[in-house]
Amino acid sequence: MIKTPGRISGGQILLGDTDLTKLSEEEMRQVRASQISMVPQGAINSLNPVMRVRDQIIDSMLDHNLGLSKAEMIERANAALEAVELNLKVGRMYPHELSGGMKQRACIAISIAMSPQVIIADEPTSALDVVTQRQVMQTIGRLQERMGSAVILIGHDMGLMAQFVNRMAVMYAGSLAELGSVQDIFTHPLHPYTQMLIESLPVLGNRGVFKGIPGITPLLRDLPPGCVFNTRCPHVMDVCRHKTPVFKEYTPGHWAACHLHEK
Amino acid sequence: MSLSYLLRRILLVFLIIWSAATLNFFIPKLTPRNPLREKLLEQASRSGYIPPGFNEMVKSYEKKFGLDQPVWKQYLTYMNDMAHFNLGYSISNFPKTVPELIGQAIWWTIGLLTATTLISFFLGTLLGALMAWSRSSFIFRQVVPSLLVLGAVPPFIVGLLLIYLVAFKWQLLPLGGAYDTTNLPTWDFSFFLDILKHSILPALAFILTTAGGWAIGMRGMMVTVQGEDYMTFAEAKGLKNWRLFYRYAVRNALLPQITGLAISFSYIVGGSVLVESVFRYPGLGSLLATAIRQLDYFLIYGIVFILIVAIGIAMFIVDLIYPLLDPRIAYEGK
Amino acid sequence: MTAQTISSPALPIRKNESSGLRNSFRYLRRNRQLAIGLGILVFLILFSGIGYFYVDKNTAYALGAPAGKAPSWEHPFGTDGQGRELFAVAVYGIWETLRIGFIAGLIGLGFGSFLGFSSAFFGGWYDVIVRWVVDVLLTVPGLLILVVIASTLDNKSFTLTRMAFIIALTAWMGPARTVRAQVLTMRERPYVMMARLNGMNSWGIIFRELVPNLLPYLGASLVGSVTGAIFATVGLAGLGLGPLREPTIGVTIYWAMGQNALLRGMWWWLMMPILITILIFIMLFLISAGLDEVANPRVRRTI
Repeated sequence: MIKTPGRISGGQILLGDTDLTKLSEEEMRQVRASQISMVPQGAINSLNPVMRVRDQIIDSMLDHNLGLSKAEMIERANAALEAVELNLKVGRMYPHELSGGMKQRACIAISIAMSPQVIIADEPTSALDVVTQRQVMQTIGRLQERMGSAVILIGHDMGLMAQFVNRMAVMYAGSLAELGSVQDIFTHPLHPYTQMLIESLPVLGNRGVFKGIPGITPLLRDLPPGCVFNTRCPHVMDVCRHKTPVFKEYTPGHWAACHLHEK
Repeated sequence: MSLSYLLRRILLVFLIIWSAATLNFFIPKLTPRNPLREKLLEQASRSGYIPPGFNEMVKSYEKKFGLDQPVWKQYLTYMNDMAHFNLGYSISNFPKTVPELIGQAIWWTIGLLTATTLISFFLGTLLGALMAWSRSSFIFRQVVPSLLVLGAVPPFIVGLLLIYLVAFKWQLLPLGGAYDTTNLPTWDFSFFLDILKHSILPALAFILTTAGGWAIGMRGMMVTVQGEDYMTFAEAKGLKNWRLFYRYAVRNALLPQITGLAISFSYIVGGSVLVESVFRYPGLGSLLATAIRQLDYFLIYGIVFILIVAIGIAMFIVDLIYPLLDPRIAYEGK
Repeated sequence: MTAQTISSPALPIRKNESSGLRNSFRYLRRNRQLAIGLGILVFLILFSGIGYFYVDKNTAYALGAPAGKAPSWEHPFGTDGQGRELFAVAVYGIWETLRIGFIAGLIGLGFGSFLGFSSAFFGGWYDVIVRWVVDVLLTVPGLLILVVIASTLDNKSFTLTRMAFIIALTAWMGPARTVRAQVLTMRERPYVMMARLNGMNSWGIIFRELVPNLLPYLGASLVGSVTGAIFATVGLAGLGLGPLREPTIGVTIYWAMGQNALLRGMWWWLMMPILITILIFIMLFLISAGLDEVANPRVRRTI
């Protein structure tokens, strides 16, 4: 799904034992939604405006050789709607008849309908108000426990992350900065970028003082040499400007890419 | 379908027909001369004799555009006539009436235009969709677009070119007409084939020139639709390529095309008048060209009126179909 | 996971616009359609402009030359069945056709954009009425209205300029609709809001903020009206309406059809006006597609 001029330059994507980068376009299509599914970012515009919600759940099953009859598919679609706490009537409605939160739930219903092993949720709540955000995240959490799938939550809201995830990776300008359990990262952040992200969270009782990260992200086609964060890092050293730091394990399960911690 | 949508559409059709009738009434009045009367007298004096019933025609004309009554009263009488499709007599085909002549010709026009418009709309829309679809073959993305230039040329000019090349130089198809006039029309299969053979060139003149416009419109919409979030999500759903293309991309890009169809009837009908007269196809266009040559005013005004009424009705039909395709429109009136 | 996409954020790169002429040439090299279209226009104007001084206008009228001669060195485009020198007809016909198109197109554009502009800017009942009138008239084929008008008028008292004015009657609806829609969207843009907040009055906003941004659309609209007007002249003449003695492209088509040029073996009589018409319409199409790209640089429409 990467559009030109983007391309996969290297590496592996492992799901169980299969390397997804080696699959043909058709094999990859079969994997999508049935094994890896996605919860989209802009749920408002992610549903086809001229199809009923239930038909949008079913059509993805139709294209995946599940060997189900029409009635069984409808049953599964209804089960998915129930799982995301939507009324079955919603299945017969068009997207423009739903509210923002309902649309997001409908999108989640589509992505869990075939019980995938991995669910990629790309900022699933960024377009919702705070109350709905919380409800939607709780739904995702419950579903995860029930189906036993892995959820990859992508987002910039550190508060949300702290509540929801177990293991967390911090990325900056296209490369990994830090990886570890939520406890490790929030108690002992290694990378300066992570530290500053956590500090930028508003704290109760400390009104009016917000900390941001000065500067802007570099252009991805024009990255600085050495560590990509060197233009904004408060602890920048000479070595950061010409040598790319290695991503390595400092304490068990806690990885980072920063010269500060290298000996 | 909401009531206010329906009412607005009905009002539009009504206004179109009303303005056509009013135009027909007032434009002849704007000239200081009285061309209708002049023509009647000229016709009568040139042919040397006054055909039986001619006086009655002059009287009905006097009554319709009568000089003895105030304009608003003339207008009301005229409108009443129009509402009853009482379009008067043809001057050059007296004692035939204008509705009679139109009745003979209109089915040829409706048949030709319906068939060619539908073919051109679907062909052009499909080509346009394939041109914009990122997984189409090289031919659709690079070669077909250069054919769009044909859409710039008026249909009757392409018709003339086809007549010269296909009918005259290579003698593959007949030069014009709707059927072989040396045979008596018999309603069997060979007559049907003959009609088909005669309609190929006029239809081709139309399709070649109008399909390009549909293709350009569709391509633009497809580019927009492919950037929508629901296309990305649909791809993540692992749908087959054809389902992505038809049910998601084309289905959504089609909606503005349908609106375009309603607007384009005026261009299609305007163009058909010329195409028909070039091919001597016995529809309303040829009838109009003949009427102009013979200065048969009642016939000219009658044909123009009927054509505009037909456009209004065709638009209304499209407007009724549209809400069936777009579930959102039904709620627009709320 | 190291799947990487490289996206290039579109940064507006504005080069210093000092040498306008050289920049327009550089732009034309990229916008091929506009370049070819303008090239054809220049060629047509030169052809009939130079011809105007060297070709005797009388030979463009009936009986001005020997009848029915095939194209040769002496008669480059041949002569028609009524003794017109077709080369002379081409020279004067192209000129007259373009002239009628531009007069009618400009009048239509002027009136139409005034209506569209004022109705979008002032709104209210005025806007409602303008919108309905435009909607209704757009559905009535202009050609049919013109047929009614032209057939009512006397063919003998018709001049080409008068024809242009009559055609202009049906050329204003398109521009009115385009301009209205554009002004409506522009009115809501941030820079107009800013101007309003800064206390600029209506006229200031119209002439400093809106008009400059409308120019590309007006250009595209003008080409549209000119195309419609030329279609109307050729079409009316093809039906036998308008000044039938004048040597125009449409009139030549009318006579070639009416006098059975093909059956009499004079193919050049019909082909000359047809090829010229095709050239003119393709030129207008290319210019309009090129201007479209100027107006909406993001919608790339390469043909």
